[in-house]
Amino acid sequence: MPTYRFRVNGNAATVDSWDPGQPLLYMLRNTLGLHAAKFGCGLGQCGSCTVLLDGKAARSCMLPVKQAAGHAITTLEGLGGAAIQTAFIAEQAAQCGYCTNGMIMSAAALLSQTPHPTLDQVKQGLVGNICRCGTHTRILNAVMRVAKP
Amino acid sequence: MNSLSRRGLLKSGGALIVSFALGGALPKRSLAQGRGAPAAAPDVDSFLAVHPDGTVTIYTSKVDIGTGLSTAFRQTAAEELGIPVERFSVIEGDTATTPNHGGTGGSSGIPRGAADIRRAAATARQALLDLGGKQLNQPAADLTIANGEVRPRSGGKGILVAALIGGKRFSLKVDPNAPLKDPATYTVVGKPILRADVPAKCTGRHVYLPDFTLPGMLHGRVVRPPAIGAKLLTVDQSSIRAIPDVRVVRVESFLGVVAKDEWAAIRAAREIKATWSDWQGLPGSASLDRKLREAPVERDQQVASRGDVAVALSTAAKQLSATYYWPFQSHASLGPSCAVADVKESGTSIWSASQNPFGLRANLAKVFGIPQEKVHVIYMDGSGSYGSNGGDDAAADALLLSRAVGQPVRVQWMRQDEHGWDPKGPAQLLDVRGGIDAKGNIVAWETQMWLPGGPPGDRALTGPDLAGLAQGHGQNAGAMTLNTDPPYATANLRVISHALKDTPLRLSNLRAPGKIANVFAVESFTDELAVAAGMDAAAFRRRGLTDPRALAVLDRALAMIEWQPRPSPNPRAKVGNWLVGRGLAYMRYKQAENYVAMAMEVGVERSSGAILVRRIACAHDCGLIVNPDGLRNQVEGNIMHTLSRTLHEEVTFDRSRVTSVDWASYPVLTFLEAPAVEVALIDHPDQPSYGAGEAASAPVAGALANAIFDATGVRLRTVPFTPERVKAALAG
Repeated sequence: MPTYRFRVNGNAATVDSWDPGQPLLYMLRNTLGLHAAKFGCGLGQCGSCTVLLDGKAARSCMLPVKQAAGHAITTLEGLGGAAIQTAFIAEQAAQCGYCTNGMIMSAAALLSQTPHPTLDQVKQGLVGNICRCGTHTRILNAVMRVAKP
Repeated sequence: MNSLSRRGLLKSGGALIVSFALGGALPKRSLAQGRGAPAAAPDVDSFLAVHPDGTVTIYTSKVDIGTGLSTAFRQTAAEELGIPVERFSVIEGDTATTPNHGGTGGSSGIPRGAADIRRAAATARQALLDLGGKQLNQPAADLTIANGEVRPRSGGKGILVAALIGGKRFSLKVDPNAPLKDPATYTVVGKPILRADVPAKCTGRHVYLPDFTLPGMLHGRVVRPPAIGAKLLTVDQSSIRAIPDVRVVRVESFLGVVAKDEWAAIRAAREIKATWSDWQGLPGSASLDRKLREAPVERDQQVASRGDVAVALSTAAKQLSATYYWPFQSHASLGPSCAVADVKESGTSIWSASQNPFGLRANLAKVFGIPQEKVHVIYMDGSGSYGSNGGDDAAADALLLSRAVGQPVRVQWMRQDEHGWDPKGPAQLLDVRGGIDAKGNIVAWETQMWLPGGPPGDRALTGPDLAGLAQGHGQNAGAMTLNTDPPYATANLRVISHALKDTPLRLSNLRAPGKIANVFAVESFTDELAVAAGMDAAAFRRRGLTDPRALAVLDRALAMIEWQPRPSPNPRAKVGNWLVGRGLAYMRYKQAENYVAMAMEVGVERSSGAILVRRIACAHDCGLIVNPDGLRNQVEGNIMHTLSRTLHEEVTFDRSRVTSVDWASYPVLTFLEAPAVEVALIDHPDQPSYGAGEAASAPVAGALANAIFDATGVRLRTVPFTPERVKAALAG
């Protein structure tokens, strides 16, 4: 079985996959035991599987393991208590929490590019992430808490 | 943990119940002292266990689907028991260890669930005071419980609750008349306690149902037919020969695959070649409003009647009529439904995010012919469900697959399974007519509603249906007819519900069943009457209300949005390419629970037909508030979820199947559309608490439609308010 190497949350990781097209999401969840990224649609439409690929937001449900090889991947588990996580907790910005992984990872990607985004920039940054519980207001408040200069 | 031996232990423990015989030993910390059987005359021990270290476990069949319910339970029990809230944890929805005091839904978690826990805790409190009195040699009446210690009110030496009862049973029936703490003295209930689940949800360490695994567990996927009623003809197993270690399971028309590797199961389900019979039994969703009106009626129900509507209308200064339509909608959970099943000779275990684990157990036992005591359902958190989504069906799928392969199987639906096959919130068609007198008083009101229907009883599970297992085909969507009458005074009123014989799609309870469409119709029509009277929308409503709590929420919402009295439409609506306006809606949920008033400011872009809600102000009174932050989160969630349903959501189907099967064909609210939301909570500590998981949903569509009318002079009566529909209305 082909082997793929990448870094996950700062550590070297090696995974085997019978299919080079297998999305990274299943390797993270089932091989590496990292459950933060969630299966939502498998279509890149909802954002619940979001991880960082070399610091940029990526949909792990659509990212073939072959393409992820050689790159640095960060999952929510690897953020290590970042300010954005603290802000989500302080704002109680979750209901069921199934979208939370994607919200935090997308926000983290945005904040790394644009440390002080406006509210409109934050909305644009999260436009590909769906929340069904309706926690939008709190999620925006949480990101703005970190965005404020 | 072996569930069956645990059950055995619990059963043997059941013999120990003797009133006021305190102190039977607890087998071990993780056990509830009660049983999983329905609690007709419930025991304190079925709800509460005090452990030797002073921590307390609450046991409940009501599950926290992200609503913060378990935090409210902890606060409620902590308040009555005088034990710090952080020492409480909650075990939810485990048919072997929790009492069955009902499923989760209909906003019953607080008014019934917390009330049950409160009475159990109040009974326990009295027992602890008695027990402490004996130890301290003082009358119980002179004692109190604070910080986990029974102590004299006057001060002095106390004794820890854990020392009195830790690890032991209360062996007491819940006393419905146990004295409750005076809400004026509350120190925990009413405080914005942070939810215990949120930190782990923000670090990725919260264990959800889809994260749960068992040794030897296989991944399963289902292959649903291309048409709802199609029969499976042939399966070509060679079509997935290239995918490693996949087993195909076929039971009549039920088709599924299992594999050790999840991706192998997904690819196999996607690529397997099968042929199915043709089936075209659906009416199609186009012009469904007309089809509902023409469909055969099973029964007419008179929901409300007083005075004589026909006579009053004939003498009214003005009379109006209008038709409103709400489409089929999906729960459209963000995570597709999931379940893990482990079918063994000794018993069947099911891990599920069902809102009603005991109901699921009973239904699975019946459908699969397994004795109920051999089915163990364990709740785990899933993606938000907002009613009965596909979760129970996924449980049946997992059971079918596990039974076939003799190993534990985890099933997660794919996106098209969830959107396509979850049971749906029904479409509703409402005809309203009414009249006003010369002064603008409502003199008559009539609502007629057409609703898809079917036989009562349990909803059929899709997998077993395909597998040819006998089961009932109940069509229950919840309490659909409430809030079909206006909350405003009128002497002549008639409300008729026409329940249809049939439904194109399986029905389910979807957040605030019926009430959202009903209030949309009632509050839109109220606005139409106010316009006909040439009156300000708030003044028109205020005239028909006398309840001070109704007037209080109305006035609060008006103040928040800085409402300027004037009739609609807005004479100064044009702002560049935009038309701007404001709208209002009020309702009392189920005409008996929460009071909610909502005001909105919207803009409508003339060229595109796009609606932008700028600001929403909501005043909400649910009686006693348990956790203001949890409540606020629910109210905000209701508003955003319903905004999504009103602006975007409609299940479409052709003659064979649902065609809105992903987030492109079933669009929902995005962050770009997220308005500023302000919520005012009005607390009434002296009044009973109502649940808040639904009420604030109900006025959203009405307030929005009224605001759009104010902005444009055009009335939208069909949901969703898509840009195409707005443009057509503006042009028409």
